[in-house]
Amino acid sequence: MIEMQSVSKTYTTGRNRVEALKSVSFVVDERDFVAIQGSSGSGKSTLLNVLGILDSFDAGTYLLDGTPMTDLTPTQAAHYRNRFIGFVFQSFNLIQHKTALENVALPLYYRGINRKQRHSAALEYLDRMGMKDRADHLPKELSGGQSQRVAIARAMVTQPVLLLADEPTGALDSQNTEQILQLFNEMNGEGMTVVVVTHEDEVADSAGRVVQLHDGEIVRDYRNAPH
Amino acid sequence: MLRTEMLQEVTQSLRTHKARTALAVLTVAWGVFMLVLLLGAGRGLQNGVELEFKDDAVNSIRVYQGTTTQPFNGHARGRRIRFDNTAYDVLRSSVDVLDKSSGRYYPGGDLIARFGRQQGGFDIRGVHPEHVFLEKTKIVSGRFINQQDLTHKRKVCVIGAVVASRLFGDQPPVGESILLGDIAWQVVGVFTDAGGRSEEEQIYLPVSTSQLLFGGGDRIHQMLYTVGDATYQQSRDSVQQTRNLLADLYRFSPQDERAVRIYNNLDEYKKITDLFFWVRVFVAVVGLGTIITGILAVSNIMMISVAERRTEIGIRKAIGATPASITRLIVFESLIITAIAGYIGLMASIGLLELLKAVIPENEYLYQPDVNTALVAAVTLLIVVAGTLSGYLPARRAASIAPVEALNG
Repeated sequence: MIEMQSVSKTYTTGRNRVEALKSVSFVVDERDFVAIQGSSGSGKSTLLNVLGILDSFDAGTYLLDGTPMTDLTPTQAAHYRNRFIGFVFQSFNLIQHKTALENVALPLYYRGINRKQRHSAALEYLDRMGMKDRADHLPKELSGGQSQRVAIARAMVTQPVLLLADEPTGALDSQNTEQILQLFNEMNGEGMTVVVVTHEDEVADSAGRVVQLHDGEIVRDYRNAPH
Repeated sequence: MLRTEMLQEVTQSLRTHKARTALAVLTVAWGVFMLVLLLGAGRGLQNGVELEFKDDAVNSIRVYQGTTTQPFNGHARGRRIRFDNTAYDVLRSSVDVLDKSSGRYYPGGDLIARFGRQQGGFDIRGVHPEHVFLEKTKIVSGRFINQQDLTHKRKVCVIGAVVASRLFGDQPPVGESILLGDIAWQVVGVFTDAGGRSEEEQIYLPVSTSQLLFGGGDRIHQMLYTVGDATYQQSRDSVQQTRNLLADLYRFSPQDERAVRIYNNLDEYKKITDLFFWVRVFVAVVGLGTIITGILAVSNIMMISVAERRTEIGIRKAIGATPASITRLIVFESLIITAIAGYIGLMASIGLLELLKAVIPENEYLYQPDVNTALVAAVTLLIVVAGTLSGYLPARRAASIAPVEALNG
């Protein structure tokens, strides 16, 4: 699913050059559930952004589902994001002036799917997340756990091959964290590849595999014992 | 992609940011409103001045007697040229573009006009029947001098409204006779004149009768004619033609501009219309400035909108929005703002102009302010195009934001 060969990424801020990723090589199989761990500044967010084609990289190769993700135009990147990847963010990143239903339906809009089909698909995924009765609510009317479930529905609605989550439970209490992890496990069980960036051990424990980053390098890569 | 969907996206965004949208709409609408109003006012000023020309036919040419300044064919300079009936007949039969014409004979002397115990001194002119067209004289009762009056040398007169009220008070003058000196003239008509009071202090007589009874022989003091629908150039040509004809008749040099003095009313009119061309240019420049201010305001507001919506744009990009679709969204948004604003501005300004047209009375300063439809259409088009352009820069900026950058916001 994911094949990274010697991927490097350097940021320059003022006089400082920060090597966020130092020749990272990294393979994720289909249907795997990987947690990426590391302290702040370890490069884990950069890795996730590169994986999600939200950011470019300087050197190396990256194949996503067999397709090289090198030297993409912004338009190509947008198409691949829409086709391959579902995103879940720590701060949910719902569009505030759109209802839950509209938020979930939005990725399908960028696929050129008509309104009726969009809304029925969005409603289906909201239902799966147990959020059908909140379809007409605005994000500000939802709790953190509810917002994240709407965000997951939005990530899933395009039926992507890869779900990328950046600290998805970082803003949630333990009860909601558990529910969200359960959803991730369910989807992974249905065949979805899941990559989660987290600093929480609880999240890492629920993944099949854990990759630890330090100073832009993979320092540890291990599999959890099956649950 | 999916035009109506785009519209829904845009209206949703505009509804969400009501204050910002209202401000942008107001700015552009105000620009359009001021532009149309200025153009209308410019037209109104021009109409006012044109009203001033209403007294005399705009296309009239006046020919006055003068004194030669050049020796010619054995004649010394300094010779006074004196018109007669022949000159009038020559002009009437030979000037190409001549439409209506009249000679004027001034009886002179201090003639007092009397009716019963009322009396007064008024201007008296012996004229031809077509004089009625040259001064835009408006007959309010009876008739003007006609050809029969001239042929039969009738002792009839047509008096101005001021003369009528001075001599007759409330009594109808037509059919009564007034004395000019010791000769009785029957009043056959009363007139008013757009030129105002002084024009209404005139008494018109048949030119032939006045020449006969006041000892004028075949003398004519002044000649006037209109050039009909002739162009400005044709009217200028007719001035030279007139000079040539009279030079031939009275034997002076056709280059001697002082021998007869010819005034082309179109020259004056042209000067004024030229002036108003520049007034309109000025108005257009000021108006365009106002529009540009409005457009810049929209651009600025879209910039703010884009800055405010960095995260939203980042989210949209993360879930698959292409740069082009982001550009379209923002451009479309500014297009909608300017189109609505343009519409409001146009309707409000045209409404106000129509109102002013209805309530402003005839005057020489601002009359019938108006704008032409083609201009209004062009302004609307300009607004829409400029509106689109004003959104383009912020839109491109929005589209170029890297999704990760926008998300970190």
